[in-house]
Amino acid sequence: MGLAIAAPDLGSALRRYAGLRSRLLPYALISPSVAAIAGILAFPLGMLVWLSLQRYGLRELIAHSGQWIGLDNYRTILADPVFRQVVVRSVLFTLACVALSVGLSTLIALLLLKVRKAVRILVMSALVFVWATPVIVTVDIWQWMFDYEFGVINYLLTQLHVGNFIHHNWFDDPIQGFTVFILVVVWGAIPFVTITLYAGLLQIPSDVIDSARVDGAGRWQTFRFVTAPMLKPIFLIVTCLSTIWDFGVFQQIYVMLNARPSADYFTIAIYSYRESFGVAKYGLGAAIAVILVLILVIVTFFYVRETVKVAEIA
Amino acid sequence: MIAPGAAQGIQVGRARATTQLTIRVNVWQRTSQLLLDAVGVAVALVMLFPIYWMVATAFKPGRDILTLTPKWIPAPFTLQNFQDAISRPFFLDDVRNSVVIVGVMLVMALAIAFLAAVGTARFGFRGRTAFLVMIIAVQMVPLNALIIPVYLMLDGIGQTDALPGVIAVYLAVVLPFMVWTLRGFVANIPAELEEAAMIDGCTRTGAALRITLPLVGPGLVATAIFGFIQAWNEYIIAYVLLSSPHNQTLTVWLASFTTNHGPEWGPLMAGATLTGLPVVALFLVLQRYLAGGLAAGAVKG
Repeated sequence: MGLAIAAPDLGSALRRYAGLRSRLLPYALISPSVAAIAGILAFPLGMLVWLSLQRYGLRELIAHSGQWIGLDNYRTILADPVFRQVVVRSVLFTLACVALSVGLSTLIALLLLKVRKAVRILVMSALVFVWATPVIVTVDIWQWMFDYEFGVINYLLTQLHVGNFIHHNWFDDPIQGFTVFILVVVWGAIPFVTITLYAGLLQIPSDVIDSARVDGAGRWQTFRFVTAPMLKPIFLIVTCLSTIWDFGVFQQIYVMLNARPSADYFTIAIYSYRESFGVAKYGLGAAIAVILVLILVIVTFFYVRETVKVAEIA
Repeated sequence: MIAPGAAQGIQVGRARATTQLTIRVNVWQRTSQLLLDAVGVAVALVMLFPIYWMVATAFKPGRDILTLTPKWIPAPFTLQNFQDAISRPFFLDDVRNSVVIVGVMLVMALAIAFLAAVGTARFGFRGRTAFLVMIIAVQMVPLNALIIPVYLMLDGIGQTDALPGVIAVYLAVVLPFMVWTLRGFVANIPAELEEAAMIDGCTRTGAALRITLPLVGPGLVATAIFGFIQAWNEYIIAYVLLSSPHNQTLTVWLASFTTNHGPEWGPLMAGATLTGLPVVALFLVLQRYLAGGLAAGAVKG
């Protein structure tokens, strides 16, 4: 009797248990990712903010505890005239890099649609080669090519009568130095941006282009009013990603200047690194890093919104 | 009155004009095609030249490297630079470190990312959107900004200058992208396939492992390449976290190549060639998967 009553109960309990299990399953599946990302990215991000509110130098590093000073680090940084220069320099550098990478890549991607197959394969292989080369390797290559004594660039510019570049040191003048860095960054960025844009261009149905042509649109009008709007999500992605990468450029400048950049070459990433690891002011360095993240959050807000929108639809 | 011959003449004339027009259009088309092709070749050459210059320098004997008039082709050819590079201290240690870090990291990342991809592609659950937003947002955080707290955190548990610390950081860095990309691949496989397998007696796990896993093979390869490249090429985390030379990775080894007398360009270019070689090789072998993965990502946004 008791058993007979218990049996349906047991069944429903089992079913409830199975239901609970299958409801918990997705959480179990994502939990390792959440743990890794939260532990190694989100936690340090919180710690960064917390650090930026403390005096944290060598003594505090050894004692493993900082001294709470509120917003003092931010006050110091925002009053620092060097920091203002650093921000302006970083923004200009990033703008130049992003504009040139996206602009040139768009031209190359459009060119890829027009050239014959053999040329397309050649260009694609060149892009893949550059893309695959580690950044640190490319930095070494460019350092060698811009060597003041035996660099091939100085030789070529002299031969092409651009001017006398024999024994010309590109890094004496920060404007010339940053021109070199922009060249290095843009050259390294072109493959990713071009291949992504090209993949996007191939997705555009050709009948859309054809009908625009039939309706009398010229080449520029077709690009401006048909191709570009259809590519907008992809433009948004590559622009945002380029902004993030270029704003955080570190190795190109740091390694090319043999790990001893002068104050004229400080960008936000380098300044933050120097304040923390160079002169052991971790709190101050953290405050600079927080400002860097905040600037990027504003930039990337639109990207994240757009991506989520696309994902919801898909 | 028009003579029949005249009409014929007009027709012939028109035909000739048309042919001339076609020829002119053809010539114009061919010239512009040639011009575009030339620009394409020029772009390829400009992009490739630095890489060619690295390889060429690596094979030149020292006296051909330090010349005011550069030698365009490594005509007397030598392997001396490669020998010098390989016999520099800690080369083999650092190769081993790079391989161990990237290998262990990739295996863990692929497993974890696959689980999360199945979780988000196959199940609707509360917090799914929040998780996906986190996956995207976290990719926006510049790694450079996190060096200080990551260093202090690992310092607190004694994991600086140790490979596990670097492996953990790389894992967290590549995971969001991997989950996002794999999710797209899993979502493209019809769930009916798994259901059919389950009707035929497969368990849910069995269906995931026997049906979904093999079908996302290309996706796994594509994401693995991205992870490999990111980790193999990473410099700043390894540079800050790994302080002793026998614990460092190849990129740090390469950046510390400069001697007191300035860079030794020959061995440095040889070392750079060796560091880049595995990545380029992988890229070329697996390009097909890569292009597919990229296009998939591009459509989805």
